Amino acid sequence: MRHYLPLLTALSLGVGFMGLGDVPQFLPQLLRGAGLTVELTVLSFVLAIAGAFVIGLARLSTYVTVRVVASIYVEIFRGTSLLVQLFWIFFVLPEFGVNLDPFVAAVTGLTLNFAAYGSEIVRGAILSVPRGQHEAVIALNIGKWKAMRRVILPQALVPMIPPFGNLCVDLMKSTSLVSVVTLRDLTFAAYQVNQALLRTIQIFGVAMLIYYIFSQLVRIVFAQLERRFGRGLSRGRV
Amino acid sequence: MIWNWQFAFDEVLPRLLAVVPVTIGATLLGFGIAATLGLAFAVLRMIRSPWIAVPTYEFSEFIRGTPILVQIFFLFFILPSVGIVLPPFTTGVLAFGLHYATYCSEVYRSGLENVSRGQWEAAKALNLSTYVTIRDIILPQAIPPIVPALGNYLISMFKETPLLALVAVVEIMQEAKLIGAETFRYTEPITMAGAFFLVMSLLSAFLLGRLERWCNGKAR
Repeated sequence: MRHYLPLLTALSLGVGFMGLGDVPQFLPQLLRGAGLTVELTVLSFVLAIAGAFVIGLARLSTYVTVRVVASIYVEIFRGTSLLVQLFWIFFVLPEFGVNLDPFVAAVTGLTLNFAAYGSEIVRGAILSVPRGQHEAVIALNIGKWKAMRRVILPQALVPMIPPFGNLCVDLMKSTSLVSVVTLRDLTFAAYQVNQALLRTIQIFGVAMLIYYIFSQLVRIVFAQLERRFGRGLSRGRV
Repeated sequence: MIWNWQFAFDEVLPRLLAVVPVTIGATLLGFGIAATLGLAFAVLRMIRSPWIAVPTYEFSEFIRGTPILVQIFFLFFILPSVGIVLPPFTTGVLAFGLHYATYCSEVYRSGLENVSRGQWEAAKALNLSTYVTIRDIILPQAIPPIVPALGNYLISMFKETPLLALVAVVEIMQEAKLIGAETFRYTEPITMAGAFFLVMSLLSAFLLGRLERWCNGKAR
């Protein structure tokens, strides 16, 4: 119940001090924006997780070149902000002849950025598997790939769930930046409606409430995932 | 020729360097607010009365669950309508301070919780008031171990300052975009702005690593 409390409080507070008078007037536009926000979040998150595994494993590779390239990638994408990267993708890439559709540009930016952050989670979780396990697969002469797939990764996956949940919330919030590549997400819709109606408290209040509900939903989903997959593990939370 | 070095050094670099103080200033001011307000949130959450602790928790959950950009817009539009007219820079700094305060408060909280219970009990046994206990006993033990974690937020805040460009504050990213719009050359200014952030955050991550080792050394 503790988990749902903030959600309920926010909802009642929101309704309480804004009133519902003008909301029907602008809600459809905000919801349309929210739809794009969800699409961007889901698509980029799935791609970012895939990327995170590739880069995270690459950083643990036995080949120096692969490790160095992966490290440089991570440093570049974590060392600059998503906004800078989106600007770069949208304004600079066309000068090299790469013209991306705004939606593709946004997903590319979000994916590349969050894959870099996610790779640190993957790397950390793999390293947190007790050393004995890494040594045991060598002693048992299990091949590198098979060991990773059958022994190491299954133990590393559960500790990854909570940080990936945080990452998903961050990604969802970061989609608010896509207006710089001319996409009409929730933030941009709120901005536009506000220009027309000038009902700042209501409009941005509802927009924030929608974002807040999304982030609480993500938290709930990941808490469930953690419960589900953590079941039967002898070591509690890692 | 895609990359023009002469253009980059003679026109872009001086203009970008001229607005570096805006970015740095926004970071430091915002972080000052975040560090102070964050501590206040953390302490308020320790107060036993649920009438103070719970709303503080809910409020910071709400702030953390919504994007900072929306909060910047919100303040940007709402403050003038209640008669507070601030320059965009100040509004942006306030929004940054508020948003990061909720992150900092979590860091403070972990620091506060790591102070052993015995310290509280001893302070109670010595008949110190709650205020004195927090100020003179708890905080001096809670703060040093969390300095590196706070530093991490300083760096991520620094990287996020380009958001101010979206409310027309002329910081590095906005200046780069303006140069692009004037000269129709985006490659150099935007790449250089990106490189500036990359170099600065690598540098500060390095310094932070040293600070962390220094703090750990002190804690032993």
